[in-house]
Amino acid sequence: MALRNSPIAALRLLEGPQTLGKGPGFWGGFTTIVALACLYPLFADGYDVGNNVYFFNWTFMALGLSLIWGYGGALSFGQTAFFGVAGYAYGVLTINLGDAYGLTFVSLIAAVGLSALFAGVLGYFLFFGRISGVFLGIVTLSVTLVLERFMSQTAGPEWAIGSARLNGFNGMGGMPSLTIPWPGGDIVLFPDVALYYLTLAMLVVVYLALRILVNSRFGNVLVAIRENPQRAEMLGYDIRRYQLGAFVIGSGLAGLSGVLYTAWGNYITPSSMGMSAAALPVVWVAVGGRSDLTTTLFGTLLVLAGFQYLTIYGSQYALVVMGVLLVVTILAAPSGIFITVGSLFSKGLRRRLKRESV
Amino acid sequence: MAILETRKLDKWFGGLHVTDAVDFAVETGEIHCLIGPNGAGKSTFFRLVLGEHAPSGGQIFYDGRDITKAKPFERIRRGISVKFQVPGIFQALKVRQNLQIALQHHLEGSSLNEEIDRLLEFLKLKDAESQLAGSLSHGQKQWLEIGMAIALKPKLLLLDEPTAGMTPDETFATGEMVQALNAQGVSVLAVEHDMAFVRQIAQKVTVLHFGKVFAQGTIDEIVADERVAAIYLGEVHA
Repeated sequence: MALRNSPIAALRLLEGPQTLGKGPGFWGGFTTIVALACLYPLFADGYDVGNNVYFFNWTFMALGLSLIWGYGGALSFGQTAFFGVAGYAYGVLTINLGDAYGLTFVSLIAAVGLSALFAGVLGYFLFFGRISGVFLGIVTLSVTLVLERFMSQTAGPEWAIGSARLNGFNGMGGMPSLTIPWPGGDIVLFPDVALYYLTLAMLVVVYLALRILVNSRFGNVLVAIRENPQRAEMLGYDIRRYQLGAFVIGSGLAGLSGVLYTAWGNYITPSSMGMSAAALPVVWVAVGGRSDLTTTLFGTLLVLAGFQYLTIYGSQYALVVMGVLLVVTILAAPSGIFITVGSLFSKGLRRRLKRESV
Repeated sequence: MAILETRKLDKWFGGLHVTDAVDFAVETGEIHCLIGPNGAGKSTFFRLVLGEHAPSGGQIFYDGRDITKAKPFERIRRGISVKFQVPGIFQALKVRQNLQIALQHHLEGSSLNEEIDRLLEFLKLKDAESQLAGSLSHGQKQWLEIGMAIALKPKLLLLDEPTAGMTPDETFATGEMVQALNAQGVSVLAVEHDMAFVRQIAQKVTVLHFGKVFAQGTIDEIVADERVAAIYLGEVHA
């Protein structure tokens, strides 16, 4: 009993049946990539480094969707809803509380907690109401769009919480960046090198923690539910609790993305919960390979970078490309590009590809 | 004493009375087979016992306690386990992981691994442990699911046509497995079409017809019963 709960036993779960990558080769590569990411600011302009934090901001939401959809089998279009709830919550809290005494971090935690609580309530009705499959997607998408509509009509002065105006369609601005209290002058994390390191550290921690989670007993049951919910229930598991648990954690990560994005740009708008915003996480996660955390992470960064590049030529055009990318992925490489391309070189990945097409 | 008992169990689907005041019992330690022609209400009865359908009336008792309102997973936790007709396994997971998920309720660490190995031996699946469950032969899939069902250490094992699609040899081997479990004290309720299998394992047979208990007895009594032959066996043998 003691062994299972000890930190060392938890570290063993960094590798397991639910995650790609094991042994010195993988962890060597992992360390190299993290080291390169740490070295990058030394060779780049601080302004560019700060801008590129943008890419990291979205990865939490993608990893959350991988947990809910890739591991748990429940396609949620609701990630952007929790992103928006947490983003607005951070705005309202910090505008009212200010940025002294580490209150921005208190607000971060409170905003993520609020989005997780919202996910808990919504998820309770979804999973305990036995809503699954395409209906889960429809309901979560509806919630997102309702929130977008609601926030869009909050332009009037009556829509304010404390001193924070919600500002309707134009979005809410003026909230402080994350600020670390420090003797002799607080450190304000503007989009710069310090924020880059903080976000990178959070990403590494979340990625490793999720690896442990999906290889744990909880993760075993989660993939069992994805494979065959009836059998999982008939092994004595209350599958609704497991689905709800994954939904709350995954949605909370979307909330973390929302807070980081809002604090990074000092800005959040209703369109962050709109139709195209809701569809994009599904594209990132599907293209990379939703059934694994690592392929999800790299796929997300790759698609985001490509999308950003295309946006230079026009954002509508870029959205069409994203749509095409999703269709092509579903038709040609349903397990995602990394696993499909990798299977040309690796026997293990070929087996995995085969089993995902069962 | 009965491990499973239903009292005046009723189920209506709209105007259709699929389970009609069924009084039925599985005695502790017996292998009880439930047979009947197509549409007799066997599957519905099975689902009522599992809790996948809620009854329209009547009560279900397990081990002396009323479980009529208990959720399926709660029934499983009390000691009922089930093997479905279509193998309900986790296709994309390895055979070993399938068993691990079933066993991780009550075991961990080295005792978990030992129990998995023991089950793999019992199921004749030792060589296939790192295969994906979806790549097993049909008979092996059936056995794997039986393995997952018995991994829970049930007091009552429910089998829904456990030998569907099996070769005669596999069917016979399955019968031996069921008898071995029964010898360890597991009570068994099996819904089955295959009369050779029923003859092999059944200590008691109940015939359902139009949702009612039509006849009950040993396999020889049932086979000798002309009314049963008229509704069921005659139809099968014709």
